[in-house]
Amino acid sequence: MTGNAHCYKRDHINTDEIIPARYLNMDKEADLAKHAMEDIDVDFLNKVKTGDMIIAGEDFGCGSSREHAVWALRGAGIRAVIADTFGRIFYRNCINNGFIAIECKGISDKVDSGDKLEIDIENGVINNMTKKEQYEFLAIPEFAREIIAAGGLLNYIVRKS
Amino acid sequence: MGSTITEKILAAHCGRDSVKPGELINAEIDVIMCHDVTTTPAIDMLAEKGLSKVAYPERVVVMPDHFVPNKDIKSAEMVAKIRRWAKDQDIGKFYELGRHGVCHALLPEQGHVRPGTTIICGDSHTSTHGALGAFSTGVGSTDLAATLATGELWFKVPETILFRLKGKLGKGVYSKDVILEIIRRIGVDGALYKTMEFTGELIDDLSVEARMTICNMAIEAGGKSGIINPDQKTIDYVKARTNESFELFSSDPDAEYCQVIDIDISDLEPIVAFPHLPSNCKPVSQAGNILVDQAYLGSCTNGRIEDLRVAAEIMKDKKVAKNTRMIVVPATTDIWKQANKEGLLDIFMDAGATVSAPTCGACLGGHMGILAAGERCISSTNRNFVGRMGSPKSEVYLGSPATVAASAIAGKIADPRKYLQEKP
Repeated sequence: MTGNAHCYKRDHINTDEIIPARYLNMDKEADLAKHAMEDIDVDFLNKVKTGDMIIAGEDFGCGSSREHAVWALRGAGIRAVIADTFGRIFYRNCINNGFIAIECKGISDKVDSGDKLEIDIENGVINNMTKKEQYEFLAIPEFAREIIAAGGLLNYIVRKS
Repeated sequence: MGSTITEKILAAHCGRDSVKPGELINAEIDVIMCHDVTTTPAIDMLAEKGLSKVAYPERVVVMPDHFVPNKDIKSAEMVAKIRRWAKDQDIGKFYELGRHGVCHALLPEQGHVRPGTTIICGDSHTSTHGALGAFSTGVGSTDLAATLATGELWFKVPETILFRLKGKLGKGVYSKDVILEIIRRIGVDGALYKTMEFTGELIDDLSVEARMTICNMAIEAGGKSGIINPDQKTIDYVKARTNESFELFSSDPDAEYCQVIDIDISDLEPIVAFPHLPSNCKPVSQAGNILVDQAYLGSCTNGRIEDLRVAAEIMKDKKVAKNTRMIVVPATTDIWKQANKEGLLDIFMDAGATVSAPTCGACLGGHMGILAAGERCISSTNRNFVGRMGSPKSEVYLGSPATVAASAIAGKIADPRKYLQEKP
């Protein structure tokens, strides 16, 4: 998986910022995507291309449980979020949607917007092709990888039943 | 080595004698609470995957609360979809408008929270119900859908931080000030992925409702859940509301905690969280001259009857300041009726406040009190993130119901102790 990095390095970027509650009367990815990150960066949609990645600091996705945050980012073309740490419910929501969320301590200090990144899920390595650097991350737990491979928790349940 | 209350409840719900932090388990879920915003996508997902049948309708409690009374056509369609779904699935526990309320206030009030049970909801403030000795946590819509389909859900057993709270609350200081002080100390991710267990003399002294305020905001420190070992107050509260049986779990004296934090709250002042994080707290005496356009009293954090009583005591025979408006939102229908019976609503309205129907409303910037750019609100709610109550250029300050009431009268952030001292 490769894509360009978009850095939002502030800690504690919350789900109200990723998708404000005023849009929670909708739940389709395409509708939500139009408003992804708009309270942080009004230019977000113009910058992002399908396959891109978000780089963030500590506690990305904290706050409200709204899974709409994952859908808004995915709808906007984002394929992975790499952060120092994640808010707990957002992290669950990523796994349950088969969406890649990677915890990589210190990532927000190392990557700049525009860097081209390659993620090797199997081996737990992020390859910064622009800076010619590699960053290791804690492997995603096997159980979570099974859910991601199935395309999300509900597909996983359907397969098991 | 003993176990914490959280480990014991989770073990009992996955058929094990004990569990340890870090283990992945599938736990049976006793109560699945469904509100309007996060349930509608879950219903669609289930239909799409051919999993439409709810496994245990008797465990499900449905209560539209975020955008009710319906705020617009899209919200009305959402609530209509949930209403149809509940009927189709034979879910008996549906709280229609007129019996409704903010879910985390309504669920315990109506007897659906029992000690020792497991509870999930697609809402981060589900941590509230740990105040009654239950394992209760917020999840997303896919989690909610999976639980509706199977009756169980995956969890990583959390580590627990033990907060030992010593001392007695001073006049004008409430459980809201205590939890804000805790969040100030440990930060908004100080309990990330962890359970926050609260114990000590202070907790023993608090009412069950006041304990709910503390567990409610565990998520504001990143916590997976908040929990309090049940005592006689808990048992009395629950037995007054349900005949269903329950099992009491408590942490062992030799339970293992990842951290133990001792806090003496004897000298605690009323606390105000400044924009834009709940951890950005100052004692009210150091707030400075912060004029407020709006004072908001309500929410799952502080919209219960005790909160309204405290605010009314301060506001009796007073007026809301000229350049300030005040909105009071009793959290449930029963709270509204009780407040009306006690004359509290008259006190608020005589003071120049307006009283709305129960709703999550403006707490999350939904409706019924949205802020314009440049406006400031002192609020008894739980979050003061950028744009939380409206314009991304507005500001939210968090405080106790007493601080909200005092600030409404003063037209700026004010110390409630001053107003309470004036009383004979």
